[in-house]
Amino acid sequence: MSHRGWETVIGLEVHVQLATKTKIFSGASTAFGAEPNTQACAIDLAMPGTLPVLNKQAVNYAIMFGLAIDAEIARESAFERKNYFYPDLPKGYQTTQLEKPIVGRGNVEIQLADGSKKSIRVHHAHLEEDAGKSLHEGNFSSNFSGIDLNRAGTPLIEIVSEPDMRNAEEAVAFAKKLHSIVTSIGICDGEMSQGSMRFDVNVSVRPRGTTELGTRTETKNLNSFKFMEEAIAREVERQIDLIEDGGKVIQETRLYNGDTKVARSMRSKEEANDYRYFPCPDLLPVIVSEETIAELRRTLPELPDARQARFVAQYELSDYDAGILSSDAATAHYFETVVSHSNNAKLAANWIMGELSARLNSQDLSVAKSPVSAEQLAGLIARISDSSISGKMAKDVFEGMWAGQGSADDIIEARGLKQVSDSGALEKIVADVLAANPAMVEDYINSDESKRGKKLGGFMGKIMQASKGQANPQQVNQLLLQKLNTLL
Amino acid sequence: MHNLTIAELVAGLRSKTFTSVELTQHFLARIANLNADYNAVITVTAEQALAAAAAADKRLAAGNAPALCGVPMLHKDIFCTNGVRTSCGSKMLDNFVPPYDATVVENFARDGAVILGKTNMDEFAMGSSNETSYYGPVKNPWALDCVPGGSSGGSAAAVAARLAPGATATDTGGSIRQPAALCGISGIKPTYGRVSRWGMIAFASSLDQGGPMARTAEDCAIMLSCMASYDEKDSTSVDQPVPDYSSTLNRPIKGLKIGVPKEYFSEGLHPGTEAAVRQALADLVAQGAELVDISLPNSALSVPAYYVIAPAEASANLSRFDGVRYGYRCDEPKDLQDMYCRTRGEGFGEEVQRRILIGTYCLSAGYYDAYYGKAQQVRQLIQQDFTRAFAQVDVIMGPTCPSPAFKFGSKGDDPVAMYLEDIYTIATNLAGLPGMSIPCGMVEDKPVGLQIIGNYFDEALMLNVAHQFQQATDWHNLAPASIQQGAAQ
Repeated sequence: MSHRGWETVIGLEVHVQLATKTKIFSGASTAFGAEPNTQACAIDLAMPGTLPVLNKQAVNYAIMFGLAIDAEIARESAFERKNYFYPDLPKGYQTTQLEKPIVGRGNVEIQLADGSKKSIRVHHAHLEEDAGKSLHEGNFSSNFSGIDLNRAGTPLIEIVSEPDMRNAEEAVAFAKKLHSIVTSIGICDGEMSQGSMRFDVNVSVRPRGTTELGTRTETKNLNSFKFMEEAIAREVERQIDLIEDGGKVIQETRLYNGDTKVARSMRSKEEANDYRYFPCPDLLPVIVSEETIAELRRTLPELPDARQARFVAQYELSDYDAGILSSDAATAHYFETVVSHSNNAKLAANWIMGELSARLNSQDLSVAKSPVSAEQLAGLIARISDSSISGKMAKDVFEGMWAGQGSADDIIEARGLKQVSDSGALEKIVADVLAANPAMVEDYINSDESKRGKKLGGFMGKIMQASKGQANPQQVNQLLLQKLNTLL
Repeated sequence: MHNLTIAELVAGLRSKTFTSVELTQHFLARIANLNADYNAVITVTAEQALAAAAAADKRLAAGNAPALCGVPMLHKDIFCTNGVRTSCGSKMLDNFVPPYDATVVENFARDGAVILGKTNMDEFAMGSSNETSYYGPVKNPWALDCVPGGSSGGSAAAVAARLAPGATATDTGGSIRQPAALCGISGIKPTYGRVSRWGMIAFASSLDQGGPMARTAEDCAIMLSCMASYDEKDSTSVDQPVPDYSSTLNRPIKGLKIGVPKEYFSEGLHPGTEAAVRQALADLVAQGAELVDISLPNSALSVPAYYVIAPAEASANLSRFDGVRYGYRCDEPKDLQDMYCRTRGEGFGEEVQRRILIGTYCLSAGYYDAYYGKAQQVRQLIQQDFTRAFAQVDVIMGPTCPSPAFKFGSKGDDPVAMYLEDIYTIATNLAGLPGMSIPCGMVEDKPVGLQIIGNYFDEALMLNVAHQFQQATDWHNLAPASIQQGAAQ
């Protein structure tokens, strides 16, 4: 943003929970939403004498991410211990990678609203374990906090970008593209509301035209694109105001509460921990063979960019529509299922990006959780295509499906919404309306030929009214013209 | 019965000379009557032991008994035992009852051993005298005013006092070999990765290794055959078949090349200890072995390197003892910070706190390269010293420690003097090599240990050499006077 002559510089650190069945160093389940501490085994609880064993699937997922962003894959990477005390960090250290991350430099291409493209560099991505959760509310009094270690040990990759983004739009586009990539290759479920992707945003500002980086702040743990956008906007404003008022930005870690819209400082650089990293002696270096890389490359699912190109070619969609429909694996799958059952890509695209997406957004649902299945939507589109119902009626039918009233055909049948296309019945309605409105007929006949077209609308309205909206408009139009022409 | 070796007990059980229940009752009675003199055993599991003995007798009668069926043993209290308190010698874990067994404990259960209880040890295995235990010091059966060595002092004293024929132990810088030497018994620290560390409470993960203690090399061989295993639960465990160490004990050692490092016979070595070790080497020459003078030039760096690496790893390994999930928690903490500080300040003893502070310091920003980084380089040099030596010789021998058992409190005020106790043993841990100590003489009526260092996974040869030495000598059969019931009073 061209804020009063300032340029914004943004870098992202993105935590992606890997969709492995078990934890990175133990056999405990990673499923979300279980009762507290029911998915924490002796290893996750850091009981004395327990030892970590690396989950190979987590390693493979990290490699797949590296391949997806065309990054260097380290043939040898290593885990280190990051030491700090916190009650939801059971071992008193986080097992992570520092000096030798598994994924090296890579690139992610983003597309902006104006259609332009930009390449964002990824510095590296490393494997690590998630911490548990501290609970200070609910059943806990001011003297006690609860610790839930179900999440402790969930595998993560942390993706660290270069400071290549210049405004919130680019940062959000980068975050969305990462979401698109990790869900497309199936290494993350992408459920933002469950914390499956979390963003730390590094923001600094500098006078436009200069190259030296300003002092940055890091706003941690943002778990939605919307909050991220808000947090960046707030932080940019804060920093510019601060500097313009003669102040200085201090390097600090900040928090932004998306619900209350309050941003605050968490700790300054001076208060930062000395994490005392050192190589974890309980784990061997991770050696990745050429065969493993070749096999993972061979079986890597379709990437979003390739899928977008395919949607344009195969379904004749616009680049924009294809981009939206291919952005995440669930949406793409939904779209292709609708098309395969309805054979109408254009309508499928319109309905998914229109009505469905609006309803999902309004209730904060992902497409995977849509109350209207792809098959149901395909059923509706089929009835629109064969003119059984009008577009207006289709919206009512969609509401019915959303409310769980069954398939499009069930609802059309139950509500008697089927268009009347029976020519005998329609002829009668047309004849009745003409007979009941002799003045309008007279007016039509006496009008100049060029003005007659406009007068047809009046008859159409009356006919649709008489048919309770069920008359097939195209057929009515044809019949009406025939009848009126015979009177000329 | 308590003077019989494990090999003899196995034979006696199989020939029905005695039952496992009789044997177990006998050792339980000895522990009940004598342990107060030594403080070697801190938990006695009499009920479980008798039940296990009865079950063992049934298997022995049925004729399908595994290797150690019915033989009583003790576990160092560093090995987690399902349902039995595992304290690691610390107030921090005084109330800790693990819901799982260490792999070593499982292996002994698989082979039918009867566990009598758990042995005393230096707190978190940090010490060379057993004076740092929360449960009080262990006394050396040879001289009750002297230390038994550490950290496996409880296991060593218990075996020397015939409270059990064998005991498990661990060795991070000499914690099997030095107490074995001071208590006049045999003990082997295997190659790093040979014995699973799962369920063995970590002190310094890259150095810790479990191993057996018994009176003879033959018994150590029997125990190690059971104890060693590849374990998927320990990523540093090595997937290599475990040999039957007993089957190679009787090979002649003619032509064996014994490396004698000049650095292990330098100043600080007690003249009596040196004389005993030199005599042992001469005895082996008499059996056909050949002595080769060698040099391990970086030996002097091993203690300083160790006292950076071991505390550094320990500082992280012991962070989990925070009062949040198990173990000791201070009373009425004011807030989180207060809970951490007082739990750890009250739960850990002085030596453990000292090592956590050293380790934390060595890893701190600005000091890491000078300490931890440099120590890792030294570790490489020490490893290279051994690689060069083993190109020339089959085993390396020297004293296990500089002098015989010292009096309680004599090194208590000087941590560095205490750290030098391990000057000859630490290098093998840094290199990951196997090391062993067997009794080879007496000085001032106290035992002297001969150290045998082998090449990687060469435990069979070390045990073979030690057994051949014991076939020709009698040091391992000497018994301290105090072990006769009531003699200590």
